[in-house]
This record gives sequence, C-alpha cells and structure tokens, in this order.
Amino acid sequence: MVTEALILSGLLFTIGAAGVLIRRNAIVMFMCIELMLNAVNLSFIAISRQVGVSAQLFVIFVMTVAAAEAAVGLAIIISIFRHYSSVDVRNFRLLRW
Amino acid sequence: MSFLNDLYSGPWIVTFLVFFPGIAGLACLFIPRGWLKRFAFSAGLIEFLVSLPMFWTFGIGRIEYQNYVSIPWIPDWGISYAIGVDGISILLFLLTTFLLPISVLVSWEQIDKRERAYYAMLLVLVTGILGVFVALDLFLFYVFWEVMLVPMYFLIGVWGHERRIYAAVKFFLFTAFGSLLMLVAILVLFWLHLDQFGVASMAYPAMLRLDIPGGLEFWLFVAFALAFAIKVPMFPFHTWLPDAHVEAPTAGSVILAAVLLKMGVYGFLRFAIPLFPNAALDPRVVMTMLVLGLIGITYAAWVAAMQPNLKKLIAYTSVAHLGFVMVGTFAFTGTSVAGGVLQMVNHGVSTGALFILAGFLYQRRHTYEIAQYGGLAKVIPVFCFALVLTALASIGLPGLNGFVGEFLILVGSFLRYPWVTLVAATGVIFAAYYMLPMIRRVVWNDLTVEENRSLIDLSRLELAIIVPLLLMMVLMGVYPKPFIDRVAASANWLSERVELTIQADTADDALAAAEVLERSPRTP
Amino acid sequence: MVGPPVVPALVALAQEAAQSAEAAHQAAYVPFLPSWMILLPFLGFLFNGAVGFFAPQQRKLVSVVGPGVLGLAALIAVVNLVMLAGVHDAEAVIRSYFVWIDIGQLRIDAALQLDQLSILMAVVVTVVSFIIHVYSIGYMGADPGYARYFSYLNLFVFFMLVLVLAANFPIMFIGWEGVGLCSYLLIGFWFTQGEKAEAGQKAFVVNRIGDFGFLMAMFALYAYLGTLDFHTVFEMAPRAFEYGGAAVTLITLFLFLGCTGKSAQIPLYVWLPDAMDGPTPVSALIHAATMVTAGVYLVARSGVLFALAPISMNVVAVIGAVTALFAGTIAVMQFDIKRVIAYSTISQLGYMFLAVGVGAFTAGIFHLGTHAFFKALLFMASGAVIHAMHHALEHAGEPAGEDMTQDMRNMGGLRSHLPTTFKTAWVAALALAGVFPFAGFFSKDEIIWSAGAAGQTVLWAIGIATALLTAGYITRWLVMVFHGENRMGREVRGYLHEAPLVMTGALVVLAIGSVVTGWVNIPEALPLLPEFTWLHGFLHPSFEAAEHILVEHLGEPAHAAPVGGGEGVWAIISTVAALAVIVIVFNALRAKKYRPAAEAVEPSGPAGLLYHKYYVDEVYETLILRPFRGICRFSWRVIDQVVIDGVAVNGTAYATRFFGWIVSRLQTGQVGTYALIVVLGVLVFLGFVTL
Repeated sequence: MVTEALILSGLLFTIGAAGVLIRRNAIVMFMCIELMLNAVNLSFIAISRQVGVSAQLFVIFVMTVAAAEAAVGLAIIISIFRHYSSVDVRNFRLLRW
Repeated sequence: MSFLNDLYSGPWIVTFLVFFPGIAGLACLFIPRGWLKRFAFSAGLIEFLVSLPMFWTFGIGRIEYQNYVSIPWIPDWGISYAIGVDGISILLFLLTTFLLPISVLVSWEQIDKRERAYYAMLLVLVTGILGVFVALDLFLFYVFWEVMLVPMYFLIGVWGHERRIYAAVKFFLFTAFGSLLMLVAILVLFWLHLDQFGVASMAYPAMLRLDIPGGLEFWLFVAFALAFAIKVPMFPFHTWLPDAHVEAPTAGSVILAAVLLKMGVYGFLRFAIPLFPNAALDPRVVMTMLVLGLIGITYAAWVAAMQPNLKKLIAYTSVAHLGFVMVGTFAFTGTSVAGGVLQMVNHGVSTGALFILAGFLYQRRHTYEIAQYGGLAKVIPVFCFALVLTALASIGLPGLNGFVGEFLILVGSFLRYPWVTLVAATGVIFAAYYMLPMIRRVVWNDLTVEENRSLIDLSRLELAIIVPLLLMMVLMGVYPKPFIDRVAASANWLSERVELTIQADTADDALAAAEVLERSPRTP
Repeated sequence: MVGPPVVPALVALAQEAAQSAEAAHQAAYVPFLPSWMILLPFLGFLFNGAVGFFAPQQRKLVSVVGPGVLGLAALIAVVNLVMLAGVHDAEAVIRSYFVWIDIGQLRIDAALQLDQLSILMAVVVTVVSFIIHVYSIGYMGADPGYARYFSYLNLFVFFMLVLVLAANFPIMFIGWEGVGLCSYLLIGFWFTQGEKAEAGQKAFVVNRIGDFGFLMAMFALYAYLGTLDFHTVFEMAPRAFEYGGAAVTLITLFLFLGCTGKSAQIPLYVWLPDAMDGPTPVSALIHAATMVTAGVYLVARSGVLFALAPISMNVVAVIGAVTALFAGTIAVMQFDIKRVIAYSTISQLGYMFLAVGVGAFTAGIFHLGTHAFFKALLFMASGAVIHAMHHALEHAGEPAGEDMTQDMRNMGGLRSHLPTTFKTAWVAALALAGVFPFAGFFSKDEIIWSAGAAGQTVLWAIGIATALLTAGYITRWLVMVFHGENRMGREVRGYLHEAPLVMTGALVVLAIGSVVTGWVNIPEALPLLPEFTWLHGFLHPSFEAAEHILVEHLGEPAHAAPVGGGEGVWAIISTVAALAVIVIVFNALRAKKYRPAAEAVEPSGPAGLLYHKYYVDEVYETLILRPFRGICRFSWRVIDQVVIDGVAVNGTAYATRFFGWIVSRLQTGQVGTYALIVVLGVLVFLGFVTL
C-alpha cells in the first residue's frame, strides 16, 4: 500500500516539476508548484504509519505555508499582470545583472 | 597629592582615557548644534589634560606593563579585557591624546556639514587608536584595530575632497585585506594555545609561551606582517596613503599621519616580532624588511620630489620617514628601536603640523597646487615662519626633533648593518632635495599669483593650533632626554629578550627565555 | 639705555673676570663665562627676531643689540684667550650643561670644550663677526628686512660658536648644520628674486651631501669606540685603530666628505660661487671668514684620526692643492667683483686643506685666521664698491641690478671716488698675494713650506704656482675696479661717493688685522726678523697627539725644499716672485681698455673655458642632476602610478570586477532557467547520494 502511494506521489511530483520547467504561464507554473507540494504531502501521509504522527504534523505545516504562499504568490502575479498585462514569465527578466 | 599618585599608578586611569573620547563622541550626537564644537573641544582638552600626568607618573627604567589590568571578558574563549602601557606605547598614547584637542580645533572652521557626525567619528576614532596602543589581549587588540577603521573610512569618504570615495574605498580595502589575514593568524594562535596548554586564551603574554612549528611560524608572521606593513605603509603597499591623505579633511590627515600609521610599526614591535621571533629575525626576513625600508626611504623621497601637490608631497615624505622607522625596527638594536619609537612621535608632531599648515593654505586659496603659491613670506610671514620651521624639523635639522630620532635609528642600525645605514643615511640628502624646493616655491620667490596678495596671516585660533606643535618640535630637539628615557628601557629589554629567545638552542631554553619574556611584563 | 640693574651685573662680571684671571695665573685655566659667549648671540637672535616680527621698522634698537651682543661675546672670547695664553700647556676644560641624549652606551652631553684651538677659533669668529656686524649697520641700513637680517646673523654666530666650542661630534654637528641653515637663509635673504632663493637651496642641498659624510663618520666612530666625545675619542683612537687601517681611513674620508661640502672643495665647491647672491657682509662673514673654514677646523680638531690614516691625509692634501689651483684659474677670468673673490676663497681654503693634509695643523689654522681678516676685508671693500655703484646708478635713474653694479667691466678708476676703500683693498690684496710683511705672507709661506718639508714635491709646486696665480688675479681685480679709466657715464660718476663711517671704519680695522695677524707666528728661518712662534707654542697642546703620531710613522719633516734651499730662501723667492707678478700684471692691465659689460663680447677659447668655470655646473647638470630627475620622475610616473597603483592595485580591482561580470552572465533573470538549474542540481545531488 505504502509503495503504491509513494509511486503515485513521485509521479505527481515529476508532473509538477516538469510543468514548472516547461510551462510559461505564471498561473500554471504556480499550480504546478502546488501539485508538487501536495505530492510531498501525499508521501508524508503514506509514511505516517511507520514514523508516527509527526509526519501528519508536517502535512499540516506544509498546507499552512502553502496557503500563505498562494496568497502572496497570487498577489504578486496579479500586480505583475496589472503592470505588464501578461503573465508570461519570459517577459519578466528584471532580476539579472 | 597621594590621591593623584594612587590614581595614576592604578589600573583604571588608562581605561578611562581609552573610552572617554568614545563616550564623548556618542554624546556628541545629542548635543545642541551651537554647543557641539565647544563640547568636542572640551572633551579633547580634558582627555589631554587627564592623560598628561602619565608622562611623569610613568616609571622610568621599568620594563613591565604599567597601569596593567586584566579581567575576564568572554571566559569561555579565554578572552579578557587586558590593557597596560610600557615604554613602547606610552609616548604614542600621549601623542594621540595631545593631538586630539588640536584636531578638533583644526576642524573648527574647516568642517561645515554634518558636524555632529563628524565630531562623533573623530572622537570614536581616537578611542579605537588608544585601544590599539594599550590592548594586551589579541582579541581586544583586533576589536580596537577594526573599530578604528570605520570612523576613518567615513572621515575620508564624507568630509573629504573631490575623489574622496575612491580614496576611502582604497583605504578600507587595503586595511581590511591585511587585517583579515591577521584575524586568521590570531585564530590559529588561539587553537595552538588550546592544543598545547589545554586552556583557551587570547592573552598576549600567554601567546609568548607558545612553541610554534617553524614553517607555521613563518606564515603566521607573514599574516601579521602584511597587516602591519600595509598600515605603516611599507613599499610596495603604500599607494593608499597619498590618495587617502590628499582626499582626507585636515584633521583626518593629521590623525592618519600622526598616529594611524604608527599602529603598523607598533604592531611589529608589540606583536609580530615578539610572537614570532624566529621568523621575524630570520636573516632573510630581516634583510627583506630592511631593503623594503630602504626603498621606502629613497624611493618615496624621489617620488615626493616630483609632486606638484602639496599634500601628496607631505604624504610621500611620511612614507620616507616611516622607512627610517622600519629600518630602525628591524635592525633591532635597543638604540635603533628606541630611535624608531621616538621618530614616530617626532614624525607625528612635525608631519601633523605640515598637514595642518597645508590645511591653512587650502582654507585661504582652496588649492594644494604648489605652483599656485610663491612669495608668501612677504604677505604672511608668521605662517611662513611656522612652515619653514616645521619643514626643517621634518628633514632632521639637528636641534629640532626630527634629528634625534633619525640619529638614534642610524647609530643603532650601524652597529649591525653598516651598509644598510649607509644607504639609509642618503635619505638625509634626499630629504633636503624634496623639502627645500617646496619651501622655495611656496615661501620664497616673487609673488606672481595675484590672489595671494590679499592673504591674511594666521588667526588667533590658528596660532593656538600650531604653536603647541612648534614648541614640541623645539623641546624634543633641544632636550629629548625625558622622551628617550621613557622609551629606552623597554626598547633595550625587547631587543635583548627576543635575541635571547632566538639564541636558545634547546626547546627548554626557549621556554625558559619565553617565560622571562612573559613574566616580567606583568605587574609585580 | 643702561638701566640701574645692569651696572651691578657689569661690576660682578668684572670681578669674576679678575678672579678668573687670578686663578689662571696661579694654576690651571678657568674659563670665563663660556656659556655666555654662545648665549649672547642667541639672545640677540631672539630679540632681533621678535623685533622683525612685531616692529620691523624699529632700527635703533637692532643696531645696538645686533652688534652689541657680538661685541660682548668677542670680549669674553678675548679674555679667555688671554687667560689661556697665560697658562703653559693648559689642559682642555670641558663644561657640561645637561645631558642631551642618553641611551644604552650612547651618552651625549650638551658640553663645551674650551681649549687652545677652540678658544682661538672663537676669538677669530667673534672678532670678525663683530666688525662685520658693525659694517652691516651701514650696508643694510636702508633694507626693509633690517631686523630680520640681524637676527639671522646673530643666529649664525650662535651656531658657529656651538660648532667651534662643542665637546663632541654630535653637538658640533648641531652647529655644523645650523650654520648651513643660516647660510641658506642669508643667501636667499632677498628671497623675492627667484635665483637667489635657488642659490640658497643649492647651498643647503650640496651641504647635505657633505653632512651625510659627517653622519656616517659619527656612526662608525660610535660603533668602534662607543663614544663621540672629542676627549675620549682622540685618547682612545691611537690604541683602538690600527695605523693606516681601513676603519680609520673610512671614518676620516667620510669626515672629509663633510668638509668638502662645508668648505667648498672639489667636488662639492659649486655652491659657494652662487652663494654670492647673499648680501655682501654675509659673503664676507659666512662665505669667507668663518663658516667655510669649519671643514679645516674639523680636520684640525680630528687631527689624531687623520694622522692615523695616511691615505686620508694624502686625499686631503691632494684635494686641497688641486682645488687651490683649479679655483685660482677660474678666478682669473671672472668679471663679477664678488665672484673673483669667491673663487679666491675656494682656492685659499684649498691651501688650508693642503696644510692640514700634510700634517701642518698649526699652519692651516694660522692661515684660517689671517685669511678671515683679509678675505673679509676684500669682500667688504667689494661691498663698499657695490654700495657706491648702486647709489650712483639709482640717483642717475639708471637700472641698478646686480649685473650692472657688480660687473667689474663697468667700474674702473674708483680710487679717487672711494679713497679709503681703495687703500684698504690694496692692503687686503697684498696680504692675499702673500707679500711681506702682510699677514698672508707668513701663513701661506708656512703652508707651502710644510708641503715641501713633508716631501710632497708636486703639491709644493702647485702651492707655489697657485701663489703666483693668486697675485695675478687679485692684481687684475684691483686694476679693473680701482685703476684706469672710469667706464661709467659722466652723470653716474658724479654720484659716486665713499661709504659711511661705520663701513670705512670697519674696513680700516680689518686692514690693521690683515697686517698684524701674521706676526703671531714668525718662523726662525726668516732673516733679519726676531723669531716669534707664539701661535705654535699656544696651539701645541691641541695638536701634540696628532703630531706625535705623524712623527712616529713618517719621521721628522725635512729641513730643505724638494729642490733644495731652506725655508728662508724660499720665503724670499716667493715674496719677490709675487711682487714681480703684481708689477707685471698691473702694468699690463692698466693700459688695457675694457668695454662696459653691456657691450662686451664673451671670451672664447681657453679664456672662455675659464670664463665658463670649466663648465662644471653644466657637466653636473647633464651627468648627475638630469638623470637623477629622470629617475625621480620614472619612480613616480611609471613605478608608482603605473606598476604599483595601475597594475597591482587597480589591476586587482579590475580583475575582480571582470570575473564578477563573467559569473553574472549566469543571471538570466528567467524563472525557468533558475528552476531548471535547481532541478538539475537536485538530480546531481541525488545521483551522488545514491551512487
């Protein structure tokens, strides 16, 4: 049971990572990051039988942080959209030399 | 009077003197602007007057640290608050307090922006310098060494002239580069001590007992020596100096030339040589240092002779003078070391005065270009008298202060290195060759620049600044004995003891010698 | 104003003098107020300096105090001389006032050594100085820097007395450099004229080369003997140094380097002719009578050391003789009234070095003393002439620059306008030419004789040749200035007048000195004259040790000249020859028509070579100074600015910035790139962990 759950978690994580790398839309990238987080959550839940309740505790933490992160991240994307009228990350290159 | 005697032989007077300017500097930030200068000057004057009795209460002929105090500060790391003065540091210490009120007066009319921060920086700077001269714990020493760096950086960078940012950054990077290496070496010493004695300690006397493996000793010496050589500055690490001097405000130049550079030589005498005697007095190392000192004397004099800028010329003469001091230090006879210490004080007084006089000119004409002057003796005779006297003191005219130090250095060096002395003594000729043409082009000749016709001679304030310095030049030239007396015992002792450590054949002998070295300087 | 408190002080002084004199009669020599001798000029300096700053127009007080302190000092010196002369072979007295430097073994007292040599020098210095101070009242009377002038002059005498009275080398060095400083200040006294300030600077820098030698000699002496006190050094030297050894030879050669600077000998003589830019009394005092003789005094003082180093003695003698001849030839073709005498001074100093170099210390000091009088007189006569020329030209409304007032081609026939100056100048010239019975005859004759007696045939011949040359150029000088036709316009001529009484009075006093000072030492060998070798006897204690060493190693001096003939014969030959030269030159030149300087053509050929002083200044400029300036500029522009600051310091900064720039290219700003790198990094990391 645990093995299957971990495999699923790995698959989801890879899909998320690939999405972050490939997609150019900031919203989609953001959703992919959420997918990766939840893939990790899934693996925590899966191993909680072996390691005890602390794994579940981590899940709660991650969800809280993810919620906060979603709020801040979406706010940033919206303000970027207001500025550029676009959410294509290829246009945002200010953070360089 | 016995109260005063107790006070000045007790441990706390030095602590007070070290921290008083810093506290006064912080207080500057809260003083109403109208009172600011008067407050800063009073603080400087109090500092000087309180420190003055130390000249007489200092025990002549005693080699141990006086006013010694050591209390644990960070016991886990063996760091203590340990301070004390001896013959090597007492004159430099008093020179610093002597120049403090003078620096404040110099700034009186020359600084007109951000005055509050300026005086705060100046006073904090002096605390850093005084701390360096008395610290007897390596960590404490390092802290003061770095504390001094920051205010000086701002003094140059904020209140300097046109290229002040370049000069300030250059000054900072040069010094920081050296001191970081020194920090590494200090840490190595700390671990060695922990390893050999099982106790954590940063105390300077304890470090003297370390048995440092030969190869490591050399590299530790290099790390220390680099930090100090940059500060001195020795050729070829000297190029920060002219820039820093030219751009610094007058008081900054005075402090920089008069005491900051001395910290380098002091570092050699206090730390680099006694801690690593085998490396420092290895014939090859000594020769290298002597040759660099000689290059400093001659080469800096040649460069100085070509300078069109008054302040830059004086800056290069500093390099030449410090070259003399380095020759005396590494010739390492008692006489030459004492001469070196004395010459540092002499140089502080006369070069400080030269910078002050250059500042007076700048205030009147807003230029340091020598070509812009000439024939000033006709319009401002009192100023010219002061300038000529100071220049003569600087080139070592017997009867004025510069000669005594030079003479002792060379007499002492000749005993061991006659050829080095031969070359060093040519500096006497070159000194005349760079200083007199400057005097001629500023003081003598005809008045050709129209603006100079309306110059005003020294004001009362300016006289109050320069006259004490002139008196010191004459006093130290005519009657140098009290000054020599205070240095002589420590200088002789230092050279003898370190020689003893080197000559020791076996490890036991070395340890015995080191114990003498360590024990004696403590308070009885 | 002599106030009431001064009177008791003077009475006390007199009483003390009487007591000292009495004490001297009874036993040893007790110095009379030695410290006041040097303090008085210093007080004068302080006073006149203060006047110069605060009340420059106050001349009366300066005129009293300036020469006054010197008068008192001279009085003290003479009293001491008389007392000292009254004691047979008196021991040197050392008066120590305070400890100057004391560290380890090195102990230097601020001390005075009062013995025959130093007191004699002090007398020469103070007496000549006093006369010149008085003369200056007239000469500098109209100068706006009157008080400043006297303060410098007083300071000079102070340092000169420190120099001659010092009891050890370092204190002597204080005086040595101090007189150099005053010379610098006084040459550039009229500092607004650039070339004068430059001449002063040249004097100082060249002297510093000599001072370097003095310093090195002191260091070596201390290293060998552990002391620098004259007394101990000279006592220990014969035992500590091997005769002719390298150490003592080097020490004495370094000392002599100092002498060539201060006393203007080859190769460092070049500053002295330029030093003539100073006021003429300064040339008389510093650059003829006193300061420039300090080198001779130093060699005489260190006679023991030199006696131990035969090579150095030869160097001294040869340099002296060559300089004497060399400078004498240059003097032949100069047209500036002061330059002729300046080169003559260099030449006469060469004689003195020749004397001390062959071991005739007394003869050297003797010539030093007589020369001080007649050379000061020559300069001051020139001063009177220049003074007159200047006033005349100014009154006539013509340019009165130095090229006009000092060029002898513009003079001629001044004998009728300046009768006193004319007569005294003749006295001085005859003394310089070595004509009997003037002072120079006795002293110069003794030097030449000593060179011959020491077996130095070549130097002896050079000495004689130079003596004839001297007679020649000084006659030319006299003729061009005082005889023949006046070469100035009639209008200017009308304004010529004799100098004021303070000046002519001083000239007369010096003229008397130029005659009688030679009589203190009349050798036995001269026919018809009573033997009177007072000076030899008087100075005997000072040179005894040195002469003892010389006799021990070189044997007694010969009694015949290298080509035969005794002292008396050669004395007669030389004075007759000098007279003959004077007569010949006088007759040849009196008829000659000189053109005024403005119309004159530059001499060419051999005469041009002499006129241009053998181009020595030019050679020094090309071979030494220009390359040296090149090195200086190279050090600054190339080594300092390009190599160290450009390549090493700023180069490091630029390199750091360059590498930073390269790495910064990785910062694309693309979120995708960063994410890719993160993932790759994680994969690599995981790969390492699993493998």
